[in-house]
Amino acid sequence: MLISIVNPNDRPVVLDAKGIVKTFGQVKALNGVDLAVTRQELVFVIGPSGSGKSTLLRCCNRLEEPTAGAVYVDGIDILNRGININAVRRHIGMVFQSFNLYPHMTALGNVTLALRRVLKLSTRDANSRGMEALDGVGLTDKAGAYPGELSGGQQQRVAIARALSLEPKIMLFDEPTSALDPELVGSVLEVMRRMRNTGMTMVVVSHEMRFAREAADRVIFMDEGHIVEEGTPSDIFEAPQHQRTRTFLSAVTQK
Amino acid sequence: MSALERIKHNFFDLEVIEKYAPSIIDGLWVTLHLALFIIVCGLVLGLLLAVVRSFQLRFINWLIIFVVDIFRALPPIVIMIVFYFALPFVGIQMSGFVVAWLSLTLVLASFVEEIFWAGILSVDKGQWEAARSTGLSFFQTLCNVVLPQAIRMTIPPLTNRTIVITKSTAIASVVAVPEILSQAGAAQGFSANTTPLTMAAIAYLLIFIPLVAMSRVIESKFAWKR
Ligand SMILES: Nc1ncnc2c1ncn2[C@@H]1O[C@H](COP(=O)(O)OP(=O)(O)O)[C@@H](O)[C@H]1O
Ligand SMILES: [Mg+2]
Repeated sequence: MLISIVNPNDRPVVLDAKGIVKTFGQVKALNGVDLAVTRQELVFVIGPSGSGKSTLLRCCNRLEEPTAGAVYVDGIDILNRGININAVRRHIGMVFQSFNLYPHMTALGNVTLALRRVLKLSTRDANSRGMEALDGVGLTDKAGAYPGELSGGQQQRVAIARALSLEPKIMLFDEPTSALDPELVGSVLEVMRRMRNTGMTMVVVSHEMRFAREAADRVIFMDEGHIVEEGTPSDIFEAPQHQRTRTFLSAVTQK
Repeated sequence: MSALERIKHNFFDLEVIEKYAPSIIDGLWVTLHLALFIIVCGLVLGLLLAVVRSFQLRFINWLIIFVVDIFRALPPIVIMIVFYFALPFVGIQMSGFVVAWLSLTLVLASFVEEIFWAGILSVDKGQWEAARSTGLSFFQTLCNVVLPQAIRMTIPPLTNRTIVITKSTAIASVVAVPEILSQAGAAQGFSANTTPLTMAAIAYLLIFIPLVAMSRVIESKFAWKR
């Protein structure tokens, strides 16, 4: 089913999640969350550990099956049992906290696997597109390296290239820099900043508040499976409306 | 007779060696064929079972676990005897060679299935998620991402188990397979001399030393940089 959703400033909505509920046994990880992301928007999601940020992202590409609610990506109802979820997922890039590179494949192999197996490109076409993607994250010289031979920052950039090479309509980042040594965070944020400048639509779960301030269009604060408040970075960081937001922000910035 | 002469006479009698070498060599070929058939079929069947099991179909999984546990629990010699002496009563007649091959293949496949399955489970969940998030299907992820890692991790227990089970081809003499040990036993009886057992030991070494060496090569080949 195709429906075109247009928001007030006339940008099409790429991701539209409505009333997402997700329970794990007794635990209510998400309690009715709405998230709409328009094209080229960068939405930043913050909140304490266990507030449901990862679960929200994972419901958006059906790595978790929401208990209730609806998720549309580019107008396609991705929770519909009839759709081919694999065909949908290649349009939704995901980057994980723990990189999750395939350790038995080179950097280029990591990037080209889906190009070969999902897009069915020839090895040669996949390799040239894979090299382009690695070039985009500044790692052409590491194409032949195995993940074990790369730093955390390099691994995460390969993981970003792996997702980007499929030319997704939206990229989801789940704490992309949380597992990195502080001196390696910058290189990954730099790549994300460049993606943002080239107009990629992004949802970023992260604790990098400085990055949020300079790059985010909108910041969402989550707690206990709810969106507590959302607004522009200056709204949230300079004039938070809720006590819980203030408590969280002061705890994070004190570090 | 001096001690040295006694040893020479009982274990390295040249006349006996000359006379029974052909039958021991016949046995060596039988053992070699049996071993190769068991290794190939056992590994392939074990891998297939592990792959089927990863689809998590409740009834089929239950069946695999049940059968695999039986074949891991029973002594291989008991399985051979049942297949050879009991199955004919229900109309299934197999030659000793087929019985030995089938029994040990099923035993090896059962252990291999468990080893592969443990390997599949030990691959990080994030590997599945990363692959699926790029649009790879369950089966593509299993084949391209998970199994290569699972197999690498399980190479040492796999090669060990393969060698242990292949060596038990020596018990196939109970179902009248003319393999090395049964040939040597017969020769020992005819010659009233234990030299054929020495020959059997050498024949086993000829087969299994290369196998053990090969498993070392495979183990070092599959150890990759982390
Ligand atoms: N697979 C799971 N099984 C059970 N509980 C889970 C699972 N995933 C998340 N949870 C629970 O859901 C809640 C939200 O988790 P999560 O989305 O990971 O939070 P965050 O990413 O904000 O730290 C937590 O209470 C967590 O324990
Ligand atoms: Mg999380």
